[in-house]
Amino acid sequence: MLIKRPPDIRSSDITDKSVYVGRRQFIRAAAGTAVAASGLAGAERLLEGATPAPHGRKLENVKPSPLSTTEKPNTWEHITTYNNYYEFGTNKDQPSELARTLKTEPWTVVVDGECNKKAAWRLEDILKGQTLEDRIYRHRCVEAWSMVIPWVGFSLSDFIKKCEPTSRAKYVEFTTLYDPKQMPAAKYGGLDWPYVEGLRMDEAMHPLTILGVGLYGEVLPNQNGAPIRLHVPWKYGFKSIKSIVRIRFVEKEPVTSWPRQNPDWYGFYSNVNPNVSPVRWSQATERRLPSFFTNMKTQMFNGYGEQVAGLYAGMDLRRFY
Amino acid sequence: MTSDRVVRVLLKPVLFAAALTPIVWLAWSVYTGNLGADPLADVTHETGAWALRFLCATLAVTPVRRLTGWNRLTRFRRMLGLFAFFYATVHLLIYAGADRLAGLDLSNGILSVQTAVALAKSVVDDVRKRPFITAGFTAWACMLPLALTSTAGWIRRLGGRRWNLLHRLIYLSAVAACVHYYWLVKSDIRRPLAYGAVVVLLLGFRIVWSRVNRRVSIPQPATSQRSLR
Repeated sequence: MLIKRPPDIRSSDITDKSVYVGRRQFIRAAAGTAVAASGLAGAERLLEGATPAPHGRKLENVKPSPLSTTEKPNTWEHITTYNNYYEFGTNKDQPSELARTLKTEPWTVVVDGECNKKAAWRLEDILKGQTLEDRIYRHRCVEAWSMVIPWVGFSLSDFIKKCEPTSRAKYVEFTTLYDPKQMPAAKYGGLDWPYVEGLRMDEAMHPLTILGVGLYGEVLPNQNGAPIRLHVPWKYGFKSIKSIVRIRFVEKEPVTSWPRQNPDWYGFYSNVNPNVSPVRWSQATERRLPSFFTNMKTQMFNGYGEQVAGLYAGMDLRRFY
Repeated sequence: MTSDRVVRVLLKPVLFAAALTPIVWLAWSVYTGNLGADPLADVTHETGAWALRFLCATLAVTPVRRLTGWNRLTRFRRMLGLFAFFYATVHLLIYAGADRLAGLDLSNGILSVQTAVALAKSVVDDVRKRPFITAGFTAWACMLPLALTSTAGWIRRLGGRRWNLLHRLIYLSAVAACVHYYWLVKSDIRRPLAYGAVVVLLLGFRIVWSRVNRRVSIPQPATSQRSLR
């Protein structure tokens, strides 16, 4: 070797015993941590393919919708093995493994707040007499990837009307189920549970906004937010809250989960906007999965501007991101 | 302990082959389409993670050598360090190519001057605007001079002292890499913290060691004379 150290006098001859004993303890602790860390790295998933959801019950009388895109949808396999559902782990493939423990029957949605018909709705009653539609929507994640997904659902406005919100109802707040027994991975998610989302009343009443109950004509798989969830296709994916147990009509803008966790990265509106990229991701472009490369420019309102731009007339979308 | 020859003809080639397995495995998975819905995310995360692991392994050489007395371990340090740089460079190139370059308007052709300028601008903008990219780029930039001066010729040219001083940049690189990881995750910070703890321990070892050794190795003549009296 080029760098040589002269041989030392035995250090035990000159170092006080307490010093080197303390040092050894420190070293043992250090070595222990290093071993633990390498074990951690080794235990990391080795890129194995996750298991796609088993096929569920076929939904009946699903009508096509003019609001669907004609783009080619992603596969069942990709849609059911790659998504965020932090209650079931923060890796994209974890929900496909861990959401099996989600119990979707019986399911109740509590409706309260500023409305005349406060009630606990059973899922069957929400769906009774309700026409379901195929809604093939673009889904744009805030992480700059996107998919095209053939959801099945019905207009949220249909349901809101049944609840008879009062004139004080300016916003709608949604809450996801939080049950640590069914969601053991949630404690590592780093969010305050339960997950909360919200829409302004006019956004909630918009025809594009739907309550989703299916995928590819079948009952929604657990990992995709079964049994009932929201789709707001002109907003980043995290606005489309999953596994809803509560809908509350409120007067003030709700404090929603992601802006609460990190207000620099996320705003209440979270409309897809290529011109506003708060801190973490550049939102100008996106990767339409399964592409390896960034392969398209992100469109204002995720391409739904014609239908929804009017909702934000006169608003500074740089401020209200 | 181990002969020079065993290190040279057996252990080093084995380590070299082992260090290449992650990239071979990744390339194979990309080639066979085995990576699921988001291959770019997988490849980016894995190359970044391996860069950080090799950084930790490089930093572990000195502590392990001092604790075990197996001084030949130093013979592997350059290779470990260069593999850290290799994985970090692949990580950076994937980001620049698949994320930045592919997002540009390529109407001038991919090999045009305009495209090169636009790519540089896109990367520089991102490095300046996004703190986690700034940290990641810093980690890589600190490794660059170390990789370039890793040859025996450069050690001679710089002289051992200056070379050693320069190569302390790896400390900064490791810290920046951990910050990069910590800042990029959305909310689950367990893994970045685990890597951070390892780096803190590896660097902390050096501080403790040098303090203990200073106490020992700088003789204080006045004191020793007094004690002789």
